[in-house]
Amino acid sequence: MDAPVVARDLVKTYQDLIAVRGVSFSVEPGECFGFLGPNGAGKTSVLRMIGCVSPVTSGNLWVNGMSVKTDERQIKALLGIVPQEESLDPDLSVLNNLAIYAGYFGMSGAEGQRRALESLDEFQLLDRSTSQVDELSGGMKRRLLIARGLINRPPIVLLDEPTTGLDPQARHAVWRNLRTLKRAGVTLLLSTHHMDEAAVLCDRIVVMHEGHIVDEGTPRDLIGRHAGETVVEVHSDDPSVLDAAATALTAPNSSVETTEDALYAFGLSAEEIALIELDHTQTVVRPANLEDVFFRLTGRGLQD
Amino acid sequence: MATATTALPRISVRHGVRVWRRNWAVFRRFAIAEVGPIAVEPLLVLGALGVGLGTYVTFSDDRGSYLAFIAPGIIGAYSMFAAFFECTYGSYTRMDIQRLYNAMIATPLGIDDVFLGEALWGATRALFSATIILIVISLLGFVDSPLALVIPVFALLVGLLFASVGLLFTAFAVSYWTFNYAISLFIFPMYFFSGVFFPLDRYPELIERIAWILPLTPYVAAIRELVVGQLTLTTLWAVLYLIALTAVIYSVALIKMRHRLIR
Repeated sequence: MDAPVVARDLVKTYQDLIAVRGVSFSVEPGECFGFLGPNGAGKTSVLRMIGCVSPVTSGNLWVNGMSVKTDERQIKALLGIVPQEESLDPDLSVLNNLAIYAGYFGMSGAEGQRRALESLDEFQLLDRSTSQVDELSGGMKRRLLIARGLINRPPIVLLDEPTTGLDPQARHAVWRNLRTLKRAGVTLLLSTHHMDEAAVLCDRIVVMHEGHIVDEGTPRDLIGRHAGETVVEVHSDDPSVLDAAATALTAPNSSVETTEDALYAFGLSAEEIALIELDHTQTVVRPANLEDVFFRLTGRGLQD
Repeated sequence: MATATTALPRISVRHGVRVWRRNWAVFRRFAIAEVGPIAVEPLLVLGALGVGLGTYVTFSDDRGSYLAFIAPGIIGAYSMFAAFFECTYGSYTRMDIQRLYNAMIATPLGIDDVFLGEALWGATRALFSATIILIVISLLGFVDSPLALVIPVFALLVGLLFASVGLLFTAFAVSYWTFNYAISLFIFPMYFFSGVFFPLDRYPELIERIAWILPLTPYVAAIRELVVGQLTLTTLWAVLYLIALTAVIYSVALIKMRHRLIR
């Protein structure tokens, strides 16, 4: 069986900017594969190329063994695409948003209606089927957008920042929907800049920065590799406090990173930290997480 | 993507109809609000110009009453408006404001299919307008020939041309204001100088020839022949010319639309 998605030396250039600078990756059947990176890292461009809505500048990209350069229609029939931008149809009811979209896949009117009702039920939107789209809350709109992307029962689903802008309840509801899909064997590719989302959902992550893939692995591997087990954070406006902490925390196996008002020390074990004398009012000792990996790999500067 | 942006149009009616169906579903929802105006404005023109002004107009030859003269012209002009406005204001709203084209091309449909569906829908609007006005003027007794039954089909065909013209402007549009240029520079001159309201043979020959290049002129001339039931070679040439023009404008508009949307 062909891998759901394989990219080799994929490049995307827009008129005045190189968005993707030669990335290669391969997604396994049934896994949740995450693209993690700041805005402008090239995540959306990669997803758009996989979805056959943006032409590949150079390199190769296959979906289920078919090239995006020649088999656009066949590939798009296999994919479910959940875009970042809200593109629901404001002239149609909630039900018809799904039924008409089903029509774009070639389903007949009756078949589309049946599938739409089924899908509204799965996403707890059945009681809103006659509502207009602009009467829905942000969380409901996002669930409808996901339901729409799944209307053709795709084996591969692309989600571009599926929970950006949602409140915590709505995010968790979306996560539950995505985990249900995963259990059903659907391959998920998602882009996100939320670390908790990547940690909760993804089996494997590529971290993207400035159009490159800077590392790849399971969340646990990435954390171990770049941030160790435990992180010490010291917060202070007083440079002398940070200097003193930096000296105390520097060791052969540690790496210390300072910003204007904070200091982060990676790589020290809990035993080592216990021996160091620190002012505990300004210090946090916590397990390393993906956010540490993110900052270590993509820097702390603003990206746009 | 397999097709370069400058490739020839990929025409698949099976896929284009899926987009048409979306617009039809929305039209049906608002049908009561949409159908009234289709009939009202042409009737106002017939009443004001045909009956009001027409009382003072007599032709020096045997062309009949002024009202009978402009009635077929009104079918042509208002079916043109229907397709053009649908594929400018309507299509631009769907493309740029509602972002529906982006949603559609995330399915097995491509830009060529979306474009075809939109053009077919614009042509359908021309068909609706032509049919409604035709019914009204035949009830008023201005239709002499059963050949007039061909007019709705003809309107569908030529509607595809005016829909393509609309989509061409939509592909270039930076905002709704862009369409004001299209209307002042293209649509209104055609409305007034394509033989809708007076015969073109009053003009110097050069101007008459230029007027025949504008697509509304051959369209109206052919409708007039169908209404009276006297077909001449004019209708044949009109149909061939309008088909050729449709092929050119459709292709140019589609290429421009691909440039705009494929990034």
